Amino acid sequence: MEYFIELFFSGLTRGSIYALIALGYTMVYGIIGLINFAHGEIYMIGAFTSFVVATVLSIYGFPLLSIVLLAGLAAAVWSASYGYTIEKIAYQPLRQAPRLSALISAIGMSIFLQNYVLLAQSSDFQPFPELIPDFDFMEPYAHVVGSAEIVILLVTALMMVGLTLLIKFSRIGKAMRATSQDRTMAMLVGIDVNRVISMTFIIGSALAAVGGMLIASHIGQINFFIGFIAGIKAFTAAVLGGIGSIPGAVLGGFVLGLTESFATGYVSSDYEDVFAFSLLVLILIFKPAGLLGREEAQKV
Amino acid sequence: MFSLQQLKKSLLVSLWFAFLTFPLLVIRVDPIERTVQWRWENMALVAIGSFLVSLLVRLFYLHQEHRRTRKAAGKLVDREPLIQVILREPKYLYTLSGVMLICALIFPHLFSTYQTNIMITALMYVMLGLGLNIVVGLAGLLDLGYVAFYAVGAYSYALLNYHFDIGFWLALPIGALLAALFGVLLGFPVLRLRGDYLAIVTLGFGEIIRLILENWNEFSQGPSGISNISRPGLFGIELSLDGAILYLYYLMIALVIFTIFVVNRLQDSRIGRAWVALREDEIACQAMGIDKRKTKLTAFALGATWAGMVGVIFAAKTTFINPASFTFLESAIILCIVVLGGMGSIFGVIVGALILILLPEYLRALSDYRMLAFGAVLVTMMIFRPQGVVANIRRSYQFKSQSQGVRR
Amino acid sequence: MNKRVTQKLLAAALGFSLTTPLMAADTIKLGVAGAHSGDLASYGLPSVNAAKLVVEKINAAGGIDGKMVELLVEDDVCKPEVATNTATKLVSDGVHVVLGHICSGATKAALPIYNNAGVVVMSPSATNPALTQSGEYPNFYRTIASDDAQARTEVDFALNTLGLTKIAVIHDKGDYGKGLAEFAKEFLEKSGKAEVTLFEGVTPGAVDYSAVVQKIKRSGAEAVIFGGYHPEASKIITQMRKKRMDTIFISDDGVKDDTFIKVAGKYAEGVYATGPKDTSSNPLSKQAVAEHKEKFGSDPGAFYENAYAAALALLNAIDKADSTEMAAVRNALQNNDVDTPVGTIRFDAMGDALGVGFAMYQVKDGQYVEVK
Repeated sequence: MEYFIELFFSGLTRGSIYALIALGYTMVYGIIGLINFAHGEIYMIGAFTSFVVATVLSIYGFPLLSIVLLAGLAAAVWSASYGYTIEKIAYQPLRQAPRLSALISAIGMSIFLQNYVLLAQSSDFQPFPELIPDFDFMEPYAHVVGSAEIVILLVTALMMVGLTLLIKFSRIGKAMRATSQDRTMAMLVGIDVNRVISMTFIIGSALAAVGGMLIASHIGQINFFIGFIAGIKAFTAAVLGGIGSIPGAVLGGFVLGLTESFATGYVSSDYEDVFAFSLLVLILIFKPAGLLGREEAQKV
Repeated sequence: MFSLQQLKKSLLVSLWFAFLTFPLLVIRVDPIERTVQWRWENMALVAIGSFLVSLLVRLFYLHQEHRRTRKAAGKLVDREPLIQVILREPKYLYTLSGVMLICALIFPHLFSTYQTNIMITALMYVMLGLGLNIVVGLAGLLDLGYVAFYAVGAYSYALLNYHFDIGFWLALPIGALLAALFGVLLGFPVLRLRGDYLAIVTLGFGEIIRLILENWNEFSQGPSGISNISRPGLFGIELSLDGAILYLYYLMIALVIFTIFVVNRLQDSRIGRAWVALREDEIACQAMGIDKRKTKLTAFALGATWAGMVGVIFAAKTTFINPASFTFLESAIILCIVVLGGMGSIFGVIVGALILILLPEYLRALSDYRMLAFGAVLVTMMIFRPQGVVANIRRSYQFKSQSQGVRR
Repeated sequence: MNKRVTQKLLAAALGFSLTTPLMAADTIKLGVAGAHSGDLASYGLPSVNAAKLVVEKINAAGGIDGKMVELLVEDDVCKPEVATNTATKLVSDGVHVVLGHICSGATKAALPIYNNAGVVVMSPSATNPALTQSGEYPNFYRTIASDDAQARTEVDFALNTLGLTKIAVIHDKGDYGKGLAEFAKEFLEKSGKAEVTLFEGVTPGAVDYSAVVQKIKRSGAEAVIFGGYHPEASKIITQMRKKRMDTIFISDDGVKDDTFIKVAGKYAEGVYATGPKDTSSNPLSKQAVAEHKEKFGSDPGAFYENAYAAALALLNAIDKADSTEMAAVRNALQNNDVDTPVGTIRFDAMGDALGVGFAMYQVKDGQYVEVK
């Protein structure tokens, strides 16, 4: 039983990171119908920014709590800025173009950003400072679930609640929902669609940045390539849950994380990814629009 | 030339980029020595660079604006791009093909073996691009796991050669056939899926194939791969390395011509037109009595066939394969070839493959900046030519009324 | 018009082919191939530095039999399909001997091309056993011991020195890591002294490894033998220690890299890793390291001394053979001792260096210290 709980928490931790990144994919997809391949790099840039900021602050002797907050803030701000800029440079000019052109532009952007960080920082793995300390009250359970894992789960839950509230009740959230339903219609009723799209990129990027910082601090290392695999997995999670659906992305992230964790634990980690992708194929065969995706009726 | 306001805008852009690149380009920390290095000179470079680039882009838009106003005023006639004229007129097209063929035939005699070797790689990607073009360009099915079929071809030759000593020429059709079989295998579960769901399932399929090759040691020798695969034979004559490369080069030229011929015929055939119809509108296509299932499956199977063939050639060329050669990035590159060249256009795919495969080779001079430049080129090309280098113009018919020509 | 262009091209090509052989006559061309960019660059770049230093020194002393040595450096990013291009490029540039490649897979792909051209290749780091033991690559030599020797060292250490009975074997699914892990498993099972409680591969670059770590814990292993490189190793060890597991961690020379200690930090303490025998007391090795510090202003990286040794051995063999013919160079390599930073070595007929082996190291106070 204890083994089951251990695997469960390990799956949840992984799943919450997938979910945080998947939200960015799904929001962007919902609004402009683009698979933003550069999103994994945004996650990496967020992690890297927090690495640089946290290390600088710790060298100058700031207290831990202020380091965590400032590094998190910096990661969110800069990632959001990158997301905003990428949209303006690489996607906005292509809004009327064939959809595959935007996809190639995204792949190009992803290659560019990876190499930009590689050149600007280093190709080596870098040690990430431990931002989440071991809490004393967690010590008896430390062999089952670490403090960092609990913090990751809590922060993820908090962000999800915040995002849901934002989408449901705020003005910009309503504008986003309207735009994703029908962009032309939204434009006609006076919604500034460009602003909504920018905001989507900003919010999605900030979420990914927080995810990047949390996981990098948990596993204690970082390099320019971490965004690639995380990005692919998160994209899988988004599709699994039904791309375009926000609760779907969260659910998809957790389902994927738990599947991988249990597959590793009870079968073999050799075929961990095979299980993940097979599950995806299986679910899509029976629910072609993902777990929570709407199946759209086609007009003839 | 620029108004003050535009200069101001460019200045803002440069300030924005200075801010954007600040944490990663300016600061470098060493967490072990606990030192911080401030590289302010980078910020200055970024600011100046982005200012100039922004001015250039503004200039480009100004120029476009200018053309548009002149066009509106009727001073500038919209001319058809040269390349389209060439592609439309058989007279020009045959001349161009002839010149290209002659260039291709004398290429190895003009350049070194190394250049020829790279050209072989480029030609392999031409074939891969043409194959994927059937699936993506014609049938409109976004396939992100195309590399799986490539792997199937490569491993079928490698394993057949290893276990049964089967030669290249026998393996070529077998590899193609097996890949087609896998194409159908993938096709079945995804028949119901649309657009991006299809994309991720094909991506997953590609990864599954690679992971199985990596983990199933007894079958594929795992990550250490299979070495000493025979090169293609030429009636039992032993060839030197130079000879073998030359032989492979001409073989590739022949195969590429064969591919172009077949794909061209396919495009105009009944099934080819069914693919295009499927791409444009699935429901209308079904209403016209086209069997959607059969059409999709043939698209997957015929697309995969070429990948299988190239896989066999790849194994024969490198004489060593391991699963690391068949990653998602490879699928992405092939997709880039198709889209960048111009979807659906055979000539476009050839141009795309030559650009994307030769570019990184010749960018070697930039060493570390090579892949950075590669990414930037992809983005820039898409922004300025979203329809690809050679756009595929739909076949259209012109009706001339008695007095003046009207274009429909 | 077309004719004129072709004529010009032909003229240019003729010009090329006329000039190359002339230049080739006065120099000995030493190729250096390996990963010089990308994420494995840190394994490949030290060999370029080593070759530069050796060549500089030899040229300053008047070259080999009056001929200057010229360096040709080519990148293969550790990918087999790129390595064949790299090899073709070097061969068509008229290379005589090659120092490289760095990764075993890339080396395997490139070797037949060199063999056809009669070029001897010596790697400072390709440890795959088949490279020498299969007998398929007569032109291949290396200045590092092979993986099975390394696995043997690890297993002997675990069984005899530490006296362990339950061991989990983990690898990174890669060519190098998985090969090594399989040898370790085979040796453990044959010894009959210890049980292999778990044999699994982890996915390199995965978001985290906590599930595998839990599985190791559940298997009841006293120690983990890990085959792979340092990024995965540091992730696994960090997560094990965070889960309060004090399982012993034994790994290979892909982990015996200072980056590992840097990244894993305090969790690296006590980790065992095999690496080439400590040669820092060897005067030639001291000299090589000092030269690197002087010229490049930093400590040399991984496989630097092996690469230095390989460059010396290759050029020495050409000197002794008075020829760059493959048979003559092979003969010279197998019949002459050469003093190098990794000791006085000569090569056996299979291509392995005699007198090069592995030793066990342990991280103590942030440094790898040889376990005596």
